[in-house]
Amino acid sequence: MIAAGIDCGAKNTKTVIMKDGKIMGKGIVFTGFDQESAINGSLDAALKDAGITKDAVEKWGGTGSGKKSIQGATEVNDIKAMAKGGSYFFPKTRTVADVGAEEGRAVKVDENGNAVDFAINEKCAAGAGAFVEAMARALEVTIEEMGSLCLQSDKTIPINAQCVIFAESEVVGLIHAKTSKPDISRAIHDAIASRVVSMIRRIGVNEDIVLMGGVGYNPGFKDAMARELGVTVYVPERPEFSMAVGAAVVAAGA
Amino acid sequence: MLANYGYSDGSGSYFITIDTDKCDGCGDCVDACPAKLFEVLDEDPNDPMRDGPVAVIEAEMKKKMKYACNLCKPQGDRPALPCVEACKAGAISHSW
Amino acid sequence: MPEEKEELWRWTESNWKDPDLKWQDAKFITVGIDVGSVSSQACIMADGQIFAYANMRTGSDSPNSARNALNYALEGADMAEDKIDYCIGTGYGRVNVPFADRSITEIACHARGANFIYGNQIRTVLDVGGQDIKAIRCDDKGRVTNFLMNDKCAAGTGRGMEVFSDLLGVSINEVGDRSFQFKGEEPEAVSSTCVVYAKSEATGLLRKGWTTEEVLASYCKAMAERIYSLVERVGVVPEFCITGGMAKNRGVIDRLMSKIGLDAAKTKWDTQIAGAAGAALFGYALCRKGKGRKK
Repeated sequence: MIAAGIDCGAKNTKTVIMKDGKIMGKGIVFTGFDQESAINGSLDAALKDAGITKDAVEKWGGTGSGKKSIQGATEVNDIKAMAKGGSYFFPKTRTVADVGAEEGRAVKVDENGNAVDFAINEKCAAGAGAFVEAMARALEVTIEEMGSLCLQSDKTIPINAQCVIFAESEVVGLIHAKTSKPDISRAIHDAIASRVVSMIRRIGVNEDIVLMGGVGYNPGFKDAMARELGVTVYVPERPEFSMAVGAAVVAAGA
Repeated sequence: MLANYGYSDGSGSYFITIDTDKCDGCGDCVDACPAKLFEVLDEDPNDPMRDGPVAVIEAEMKKKMKYACNLCKPQGDRPALPCVEACKAGAISHSW
Repeated sequence: MPEEKEELWRWTESNWKDPDLKWQDAKFITVGIDVGSVSSQACIMADGQIFAYANMRTGSDSPNSARNALNYALEGADMAEDKIDYCIGTGYGRVNVPFADRSITEIACHARGANFIYGNQIRTVLDVGGQDIKAIRCDDKGRVTNFLMNDKCAAGTGRGMEVFSDLLGVSINEVGDRSFQFKGEEPEAVSSTCVVYAKSEATGLLRKGWTTEEVLASYCKAMAERIYSLVERVGVVPEFCITGGMAKNRGVIDRLMSKIGLDAAKTKWDTQIAGAAGAALFGYALCRKGKGRKK
């Protein structure tokens, strides 16, 4: 049975095509200001990747902040999509975290992949991907470079500002004071990891811990989180698609 | 005076209020808080004409109020807050 | 920040002396120095009356700012520095007033200073600066009874306004007037108080065809609501006064005042000296209590 899961997020729209529980194809496009167009674009890319046409899809699941724009799909709430997506890749997971462009979420999961509790950091960019992006701009590096720079440092420098706008000025100050980019990058990752982990503590730190979403590609963030938590952090392959996978799993099961 | 330490941001308002008229600087809150938010100063920095010690929230911590307090504020059932319980004078309150 | 941004904050540096005050007859000469992130002030009092003050840019080096402000206040005065009995530092850089006898928070000094420059009817002081927002309730002696200071989040601060002024290409001076140049009903406030997300929302609104003025109105409304929710937490009781740079932005302040429903007090003094004046007054009170510097 072929199911499609579409995750229309604040920044990117991701689609996953699954056949009998195995991933067949994936597509990702910028969401921009036209969600419907992004949803169609992402779906077309995934169908092409899977080598099938739209009518081959039997079940549809939609999730993400733009889920209401996904026509004809079962709405899957973000928390549920995270829980199912995380346990699809790591059945032993009991805590799943995702730091999206505009909000950070943590979900407590039971042995059946059901969400039993959750915590959200929302409406403040300091607790979300927007923080890392803005700091990368201040450092004049790409997000990918930010991640690897971080691992080159072993210094702990605090960032006192807890707001993206003030932190930008603080980073500029550090640059003027000739602090190295690796040290600044690590300070930035430590700062946001501390906020994300404190959110996770609200639902309890229960292993295995899974990190999903585009932020999973950032080795600096994964490392900072693991250091703050004191346990291993697992990241699925192609982590930006994890929620779309969760949506597809839910749609297939329905 | 009512000293409100904390902040408001897009996600909400997070303030711990210490009533300095009730506080005698005993320091029980300092020991009770697992996040080490409190400290006792010999004089009230906001009321130089007041004599005697007073509890304040540490300067670096007030900007992280929401995060720092998460240790004692889990999702779901929330037990009594250690700082509020520890203060015999009832000088401490939380806005969230 | 590009150089032109400096111009947006530019105001005239000034100093002032009371030509008739016989400071030599005073028992205690006290000085308050307020070092802020943008401006610094020095206020010299003779037995609790202002003899001289100076208001100037902080610049990049705050230990020197304190010294410069004091020198500027003393300039052309016949008072030698060693006549000063007690010096109090306050403000963002208060720990960097190296010659101060002690430092006192801006909260305390602002309340005390507002009581002096606006009169002892003042019960609520709102200060909105470049990086923080302070809401203070005080009694008729200028003693603080309730306060909060928000320096964590840029929303509602001068810095938050700067980001929008940049995004929309409207200089800070023009924000006030242009935020009222729209037809029909006042637009709804942007839904997010977070400057980063509001910026994103504003970009979407501009694409939908909103005019610059409509987006500006929407943001100023959000900022006024933000500041209102903070000051409401301490309660607004007359007489009420507003200080700090945002006081000059009518785009935000007019909307805020209509929510508060009170008129703001006026003063003949330069509103920027409130902190330094309060500090000098504390110096005077401490000297009278016998807690001044040992001579």
